[in-house]
Amino acid sequence: MPWTKVFLNNKELDNDGVNKGLRSISYKEALKEAHNLMMDKDERVFIMGEGVDDPGGVFGSTVGLCDKFGRDRVMDIPLAENGMTGVAIGAAIAGMKPIFVHMRMDFLPMCMDQIINHAAKWYYMSGGRVNVNIVIRSIIGRGWGSAAQHSQAIHGLFVHIPGLKVVMPATPYDAKGLLISALEDGNPVMFVEHRWLYDSIGYVPNDIYTVPIGKGVVRRQGKDVTVVAISHMIYEAMLAAKELQNEGVDVEIIDPRSIKPLDEGLIFESIRKTGRLVIADVGGKMVGVGAEIASRVYEDMYGFLKGPVRRIGLPDVPTPCSSVLEKAYYPDYKDIVNSIKTLLS
Amino acid sequence: MKILENLFHIIYYGKSCDLNSENMEIEEIMKADKAIILELLRKMLLIRRFEEKIIDVYSVQDMKTPVHLYIGQEAIACGVCVHLKNDDYVFSTHRSHGHCLAKGTPPSILYAEFYGRKSGCAKGKGGSMHLVDTERGIWGTTAIVGGGIPLGIGTALASKMKRDNKVTVVFFGDGAADEGTLQESLNFVSLKKLPVIFVCENNFYATNSHLRARRATDDIIRQAQACSINSLQVNGNNVMDVYNAAKNAVDMARDSGEASFIECKTYRWMEHVGPNYDYIKGCRPQSELDEWIKNCPIEHHKDFTKSMGIITEDDFVDMINIIDAEIETAIAFAKESAFPDTKELFEDVLFNNI
Repeated sequence: MPWTKVFLNNKELDNDGVNKGLRSISYKEALKEAHNLMMDKDERVFIMGEGVDDPGGVFGSTVGLCDKFGRDRVMDIPLAENGMTGVAIGAAIAGMKPIFVHMRMDFLPMCMDQIINHAAKWYYMSGGRVNVNIVIRSIIGRGWGSAAQHSQAIHGLFVHIPGLKVVMPATPYDAKGLLISALEDGNPVMFVEHRWLYDSIGYVPNDIYTVPIGKGVVRRQGKDVTVVAISHMIYEAMLAAKELQNEGVDVEIIDPRSIKPLDEGLIFESIRKTGRLVIADVGGKMVGVGAEIASRVYEDMYGFLKGPVRRIGLPDVPTPCSSVLEKAYYPDYKDIVNSIKTLLS
Repeated sequence: MKILENLFHIIYYGKSCDLNSENMEIEEIMKADKAIILELLRKMLLIRRFEEKIIDVYSVQDMKTPVHLYIGQEAIACGVCVHLKNDDYVFSTHRSHGHCLAKGTPPSILYAEFYGRKSGCAKGKGGSMHLVDTERGIWGTTAIVGGGIPLGIGTALASKMKRDNKVTVVFFGDGAADEGTLQESLNFVSLKKLPVIFVCENNFYATNSHLRARRATDDIIRQAQACSINSLQVNGNNVMDVYNAAKNAVDMARDSGEASFIECKTYRWMEHVGPNYDYIKGCRPQSELDEWIKNCPIEHHKDFTKSMGIITEDDFVDMINIIDAEIETAIAFAKESAFPDTKELFEDVLFNNI
């Protein structure tokens, strides 16, 4: 399947002779295309967020859309994150399909009351009479000294809340397909992107298509060890698999794509085959997504495990600025390689 | 819509003003006005008796939901909601019984909700603080102070985008004025010109914290004025004052998409939550409550209707009896209704349950 392929760089894409003729675009272009197509298709869809209409267009993901759709549908907003989230929820209650965009995930803590107390619970509190069809996009930053308030990956917080869905696309194909799914889901969907994925490239169909929320995908088949990698860590996992292949270790890589709901069936199936699990997350290890996946595996798949589940994630430390400290803070493919080696030894 | 204005003219000036309202005979005008005045009294009484019934039954402890009673503030919900169409949006708070009843929600599905029954307005999932009645424009109520205000701004934004000519009313208390969401909402409404009526029910207390302990000035209205929103203060215990203010506000929202802010000064008689008076606990002075009870919105409006010759004391007693019978039927319906099946715990978490 060309759509599930991950390319580490342009060269890999160029060498992919099998699928010559398919269109390839970047992650940010795929996002923009999803907005564009859905706003054409459905006049209820609109975008709101700080700077969504500016020349940069949220790192390119909304660039030019205001020229086509106007500023009523590509709406710059006051710096009032909580109130404006409530406005988006209200619009959704009235049948609109808002996409609320945050350039940094770090701005979400300012919206927590409206996301957690309102959007997430409205359907349940109303006895299933009022649903909230809202997509909240946010982008995890990283590097260049972005530091503690411009590089958080706090997706785990939202997984904890009943009533929310959380998706984390890693490829251009998934970015477009999941955004379209999220808009048609009928529930509040936290759509979590990673800044380092914006220029990644992959095959993307021109038309509207969906990637089902809650369905993961096997990025690489393998028999020795399963790596569940989230968001940008998919690319680190692919690098690790490449390196280990030379040493005769066959790594299977699973991209859950949605972390809530989680495709645990796909993960369990892989563990039945490999008996070993490494989880690589872009967020913190402490009470994080890795901890949740590991717990479920221990509860239901203990008998299949040949060794302990290993987790890779951020230490329980705010993000530092200095490049030296940053380097020490972020895990990369070498950490995945080392974890796998430990598990196999 | 000029009928009531004319009525006031008759009352205050002793003659009809020329409102060019199809040359209606004074007799006919009076008949129509009487209907509105009477309906306001009936609605206020319904809310009062509905909540007094809660006080009656609450000690049995089978109505397991925290109740925030509206007694003393009935004029506001009634004076505002009488102007609304069925599908106009209303957003309210943890203290929302009155708003729902004023908008036309049947007492039966409210009581059923309080008793945790499946036949409740939210199937027993919400309780007293999370009422819903989409058929009558109540799209949910929130127990997070200030949380519902921006939701109403959102429906108004949607109305403007869809050009559906609906208006949105957001009810909130003086406590919500302390929250950032109010100021964020006022600014956005002013910026985008949205058809919203902000109704602040200033009863001077957020739970037991007095306005003066929380705010530098008494007048919440100044927050709206700072955003250039049409705003006025009214006596929230005078239903005709509220009626007039709301009439202008709703007309303006509907006809020209302009927002308004109405600050209604009023007073909550009962404790913040529960069926008792709270002066006994020392939360506030009894003398203060006594003064406000003398200023009861229902007594005031009853005197007005009597002075207008619209009803007699006997009519009033009949009205109460009819309302009480309706309430008894509603309570019986609620108590006879089935509880939800425990498997319903897992339903309605997600739309489409996937």
